[in-house]
Amino acid sequence: MTIEELNQTQADETARQQALDERIYCCTAAGCISCGAEGLRNAITEQVKSQGRLDKVEVCGTGCMGMCSRGPLVMAASGTALYGNVTPSDAPALASGNPLDRRPLADRQIDLNAPFFTQQVRIVLANSGRVDPEKLTDYIAAGGYQSLARALTELKPPEVIEEVKTSGLRGRGGAGYPTGLKWELVSKQISPTKYIVCNADEGDPGAFMDRSVLEGDPHRVLEGMAIAGYAVGAQQGYIYVRGEYGLAIQRLQTAIKQAEREHLLGSRILESGFGFRIDLRIGAGAFVCGEETALIASIEGKRGQPRQRPPYPPESGLWNQPTLINNVETFANIPPIIEKGGAWFASIGTPSSKGTKVFALAGKIANTGLIEVPMGTALRTILFDIGGGIPEGKFKAAQTGGPSGGCIPEQFLDTPVDYESLARIGSIMGSGGLIVMDNASCMVDVARFFMEFCMDESCGKCIPCRAGTVQMHDILRRMTLGDASEDDLAMLEELSGLLRETSLCGLGQTAPNPVMSTLRYFRQEYEAHIRERRCPAGHCRIEAGVPA
Amino acid sequence: MEEWRFAIQIAAFSGRGDPTPIAETEKPLPAAVKDNRDKLLERAMSRHQYSGDALIEVLHTAQELYGFLSPERLKTIARKLRLPPSRVLGVASFYHFFSLEPKGEHTMVVCLGTACYVAGALGLVEVLQRRCGAGSKVSVQTARCIGSCGLAPAVIADGKILARVTKASLGAELDRIG
Amino acid sequence: MSVKTLEIDGKMLTGVAGETIFSVAWNKGIRIPRLCHIGGISDVGACRLCLVEIEGQKKLQASCLTPVEEGMVVHTDTPKLRAHRRLIVELLFAERNHICSVCVMNGDCELQELATELGIDHVRVRYQFPSLPVDLTHERFGLDHNRCILCTRCIRVCDEVEGAHTWDMLGRGTNSRVISDLGEPWGASDSCTSCGKCVQVCPTGALFAKGKAVGEMRKDRTFLKYIVTAREKKQWIE
Ligand SMILES: Cc1cc2nc3c(=O)[nH]c(=O)nc-3n(C[C@H](O)[C@H](O)[C@H](O)COP(=O)(O)O)c2cc1C
Ligand code: SF4
Ligand code: FES
Repeated sequence: MTIEELNQTQADETARQQALDERIYCCTAAGCISCGAEGLRNAITEQVKSQGRLDKVEVCGTGCMGMCSRGPLVMAASGTALYGNVTPSDAPALASGNPLDRRPLADRQIDLNAPFFTQQVRIVLANSGRVDPEKLTDYIAAGGYQSLARALTELKPPEVIEEVKTSGLRGRGGAGYPTGLKWELVSKQISPTKYIVCNADEGDPGAFMDRSVLEGDPHRVLEGMAIAGYAVGAQQGYIYVRGEYGLAIQRLQTAIKQAEREHLLGSRILESGFGFRIDLRIGAGAFVCGEETALIASIEGKRGQPRQRPPYPPESGLWNQPTLINNVETFANIPPIIEKGGAWFASIGTPSSKGTKVFALAGKIANTGLIEVPMGTALRTILFDIGGGIPEGKFKAAQTGGPSGGCIPEQFLDTPVDYESLARIGSIMGSGGLIVMDNASCMVDVARFFMEFCMDESCGKCIPCRAGTVQMHDILRRMTLGDASEDDLAMLEELSGLLRETSLCGLGQTAPNPVMSTLRYFRQEYEAHIRERRCPAGHCRIEAGVPA
Repeated sequence: MEEWRFAIQIAAFSGRGDPTPIAETEKPLPAAVKDNRDKLLERAMSRHQYSGDALIEVLHTAQELYGFLSPERLKTIARKLRLPPSRVLGVASFYHFFSLEPKGEHTMVVCLGTACYVAGALGLVEVLQRRCGAGSKVSVQTARCIGSCGLAPAVIADGKILARVTKASLGAELDRIG
Repeated sequence: MSVKTLEIDGKMLTGVAGETIFSVAWNKGIRIPRLCHIGGISDVGACRLCLVEIEGQKKLQASCLTPVEEGMVVHTDTPKLRAHRRLIVELLFAERNHICSVCVMNGDCELQELATELGIDHVRVRYQFPSLPVDLTHERFGLDHNRCILCTRCIRVCDEVEGAHTWDMLGRGTNSRVISDLGEPWGASDSCTSCGKCVQVCPTGALFAKGKAVGEMRKDRTFLKYIVTAREKKQWIE
């Protein structure tokens, strides 16, 4: 399609939607699907049909609405009334459109003015829950592909990069490297072949942000990648998706096909001279493949083992060509930046961390689900206002950054969430998993849990990580069994230093983080396990009589 | 022949090796696919011009079609993609998604991601280990976060996600499949 | 070819552009410890023993992979580096079953040599005692997984110099293991040419020639350099 046709499609589809009485959105993200959302959606569609309102009411499946703990969710009245825990028996009421019929649902209606919604700022998730991820026209009606059109017609590649630099966007994959600078590095390389890679390997246990973006708004990521391709001069992109994300893979495949058919991807994008193709690569269950050099090896069909950097991928990446690797959420931020300008984006957040961040709330918290807040929001706001607090028990720690991150104790609840502040208190922003623990969690066992993860996921290439994680896990395991000494604690700290300073890649370098941060704030728990052979949280089963 | 196959299995599954995570959309294959598996695998390889770079895609396809990667299958793939056999096995054994031995009739994958761990998933593993010992029809596996943290603790039973599983509800599910 | 001047352990040295710190240092007799590096094949930077401190850089760098730069100031033997190296070697000893007293390589083993150099008289971490097999199916050679340190020298020499790619790595993490072909016994391998290069480059007694008694095995680790140099200069044509 041409740009005129794109505008026409947007106008036509918007008009069609406005002519309807109502659009009913059924959340069909992975969370709600596992509570029966598919059946519910079919039941509502059936009811609409049998009540003869097919021409007036449209039932759509959408991406994640955020409140996964209350699924399956249905948003009725074109996005003004949200219902939780809906069952197929509610379908007639929802289909009728008569407010009186919907009364039985009143107690399950979720207040859209609750802090959960009002405290959020949705940029990346703007379309999640409002757009059918399987319909290209829905995305176009919401303004989709306009940014790509604008970039291709109004901006030269260096101007696109300038806009991204102005926005202050930093990589959302964990390290927070300024995205504009990375793009500039790749664009300056002189090479006929360059690649764009979208890192969708989201391996942190406890994180599902990228998954929700891909499931709920796949076209946004494609558009962001195409803009990146235009900016740095690449013609080919790859999305490396975790193999476990079946639904995301399926929706991406559909989205790529749709975009290619309409010439929004492919050899002549929007009938211009710019061509960009995107292919999927499916991961096969290795956390380390999220590391960029391992990811490259994996796309090349090899064992996913990291290699020494430099050379960094912008100089020599996929098949030794300049390669731009960004996270899903990073790419998802691009279309709004091009649409509204870098300055607009930079006005949100803190001086060093701009924009918003998506977090996956999980653990001992009332509203488990997906949220998006401006950078710099206090942890307390996220956990207690938006998250609804701890259902039972008392807050003990929040864990960010997964196996590379740390635990944040109560005294830091007022810390603003941005890259620097979190690093200062011994954790990291990470990719956005936020897990809440109450006083039933033993911090030694939490450290052991993460060390076990790193041990299982270590690729085995370098000795400190391969053998060091085994030893650290062994010490932590013995601590939880009441079979460790002060010497073990000293060795644990020595090993932490070794892994941090000598490991080849980020996995080994950050593997000691959970240990070091729990040692920093909960050292007395370690000492109780060692000296008194007692677990203060009452979690570890230390049996009497086992020789200490 | 038998002897070295045994050696591979021991090597790949001994020690702390993390069991294979599985896709949530696993479905039984329709007969039309089942009868044409060899052809479908061949087509997948030719679609990638028999390039060694496509090894992982080809292994994915092979596992989808046959359920697991037997030594014969790996040998065929190595020959067709012109790769050293040791490299093919090296790749197949690096990724936990690929399974080098057939799976049981039913599979139960307990998520041990952080959220599920905090919600007590270890207790579920205990139940499964107790009830599905040697000779059971159910293969018990664990996965590192299936991305359903909002539903913790989660278990994937034969490809279907069970949300907020308790020891009791897990027991009931086991009774159901027998 | 441009020349770079740099300081290593207080000595002013020169190297050509692209040369590694490791190579410049060794040429001048500064013996940086190493296990995964061997002249003649590619470097992977896996053992982390050759890490050095470079002034002005926060991170330690693997000298086997870091090219020299003009004005660099490098330290190869600081207390911190010694402590790290010591612990790395201890980790290796604890990872598998290294019993020097019964090993054919006793006296010529690079791991043993390193331990001596670093003054390691006992290991402070727990031995893992994995149960690992010994492959004696090859006519002339043997492979004892108990002594393997996973340096991948054998895999690289077989692929890069011999061109057979008989060896590769199975599994990952601490469960990694060197395999031949599809995990078959070495003796049944179709691709192995029995050239013995892997045996010569192996730093420990993991790969050995059969028929040697304890402490009898000696390896020639310089032959590779001659093959590779000869190949580069096409010396076999004459
Ligand atoms: C062990 C390890 C795992 C990683 N996993 C991921 C991941 O799952 N997703 C991701 O986007 N980045 C991951 N990263 C970070 C990437 O290496 C890379 O920095 C990132 O994709 C760059 O994108 P960004 O600049 O947009 O953040 C991981 C890094 C390491 C060291
Ligand atoms: S740090 Fe761990 S994961 Fe990274 S290269 Fe070393 S062994 Fe592999
Ligand atoms: S010799 Fe440099 S890392 Fe092993």
